Amino acid sequence: MPKPAGALELVASQTQPIALQAELACAPGELLALVGPSGSGKSTLLRCIAGLHSPQQGRIACGGVTWYDAQRGINLPPQARRVGFVFQNYSLFPHLSAEGNVVCALGHLPAAQRAGRARELLAMTHLKGLETRKPAQLSGGQQQRVALARALARDPAVLLLDEPFSAVDQVTRRRLQVELARLRGDVKIPIVLVTHDLDEARMLADRMTLLSHGSTLQSGTPDDILTRPSTAQIARLVELNNVFGGTLESVNANGGGILCWRSHKFEIARANGFAPGTRVSWVVPPEDVILHRRDRPSLGERENPVGGRVDDCLHLGDATRIVLALEGDARARITFSVPTHVVRRNGVATGEQVRVSLLASGIHLMPAEAEKPG
Amino acid sequence: MDSAALLLSLKLAGATALLLVPLALMLVRALSRRPLAARGLVDILVALPLVLPPTVLGFYLLTVFGGQSTLGQWYAALTGRQLVFTFDGLLLASLIANIPFAVQPIQRAFAAIPREACEAAWCSGLSNWQTLLRIELPLAWPGILAALVLTFTHTLGEFGVVLMVGGNIADETRTISIAIYDSVQAFDDRAAHAMSAILVLLSVAGIALIHWATQHIGRKDA
Repeated sequence: MPKPAGALELVASQTQPIALQAELACAPGELLALVGPSGSGKSTLLRCIAGLHSPQQGRIACGGVTWYDAQRGINLPPQARRVGFVFQNYSLFPHLSAEGNVVCALGHLPAAQRAGRARELLAMTHLKGLETRKPAQLSGGQQQRVALARALARDPAVLLLDEPFSAVDQVTRRRLQVELARLRGDVKIPIVLVTHDLDEARMLADRMTLLSHGSTLQSGTPDDILTRPSTAQIARLVELNNVFGGTLESVNANGGGILCWRSHKFEIARANGFAPGTRVSWVVPPEDVILHRRDRPSLGERENPVGGRVDDCLHLGDATRIVLALEGDARARITFSVPTHVVRRNGVATGEQVRVSLLASGIHLMPAEAEKPG
Repeated sequence: MDSAALLLSLKLAGATALLLVPLALMLVRALSRRPLAARGLVDILVALPLVLPPTVLGFYLLTVFGGQSTLGQWYAALTGRQLVFTFDGLLLASLIANIPFAVQPIQRAFAAIPREACEAAWCSGLSNWQTLLRIELPLAWPGILAALVLTFTHTLGEFGVVLMVGGNIADETRTISIAIYDSVQAFDDRAAHAMSAILVLLSVAGIALIHWATQHIGRKDA
């Protein structure tokens, strides 16, 4: 992997207190989302980078400076690592004003310049006029901005954000996410965002690394991971639940092929290098499952059609989530979402028979899973 | 009313509080970095003066301070003074008897500081020493104030240990609590009332001060 100047690189492994087997890289100006379920070790990795936790084995370097190297016995303290850390609950100093909080992180400047620089940073994070307020007198969103200003104050070599949007309401969250997206243009350092929210990662990140039980499973663009997971396990972690087993029957000259699944034969657009005859797992993202209209047939109906009975039909505001029990196999279920008005117009309800198309371009093949009936 | 005893008590209480609280701070800081087992043992020793009858504590201190003891002889060789029945001995006994009143509030105050506040300080570039001065001490100060006030007022009221180690020597070891006892023995109720009232006032003022300090420091980080 090319290593641009200023990049953050981490390799860490340990067996205690939680198992870690992680590898990640983040280029300057890039936002890397570290995504995984609770307890997957996301925060521990951030703490490793900041110097608050030392893995048993590994190496951490940023901007060409080695911060940690277990083999060479290098372990810089947090004070020497130049990290900007926004903690999950912000961890502001409760006895200090917003300005005082930021001034604490400006120790590298001459004393006379600190107050001025702190006010600049607070203005940049939209807190002008609130400099003298104590954290308890600020809203959750304002506290998060103080924490961000404090993290940036140190002129950090890397910015670490530990679930920074989890403690605020939905409206504030959206606003802060937009602010972070804007801020990125001005900050030319690696930014690592820990989140368990896949939508947040998709919206903000250039790249994401998926973590489960302390191991990094896949790194890539959010689009790559969320539509083309490399294993069935990753597919389920990113909430792609339409995972099945099948056999690749043939591969055509364009790289596409025919996938056998039960009595069905599906056209697929990409065989992903699998040889004909290989047992594979396959996944189809919900957005690539198209509901057929009852009144009027459409062109898409010829593409991988399957029929079934609606097993569950759950209205979630504008969208309705449908679980379809497929014909011929009581266990096989496909989940997809359609706009609620489409559901109403087509009279889709639990128990009704409907037909759908699985788009050839959406079907993604992965190595076969052991012991998983499709 | 025995104003010499009052002055002596104030002097003893002031000296005990001012000497003991910095020592307690150092002990709490040192313990925070020790393994749990070592901390448990020290916690037991620290709490011992709370439950030990003052006369028992006083008796052992008298034994340890006596002219025949190593400590007593060493102190005499160093200063030419005795530890028993002198103000010096009284102060040393008072320091020991008050350890829990100084250590426990400080310990609780430091334990209440979220670990992440210190981590945020380190990540902001503050050294351990700067973190102590700028973050931990300001957050722990109601506890430190409580330690000062409790040690001061408790020393004013200490009776058993003081009587055992210091005896009852006017201008040297007779404290206000002993003077109150003397007044009652001598049927001088007026003096006993006056001196008791002073102790009540000082105690109420002390508790009010702790209460005020606890209320007026923004500890919430919500």
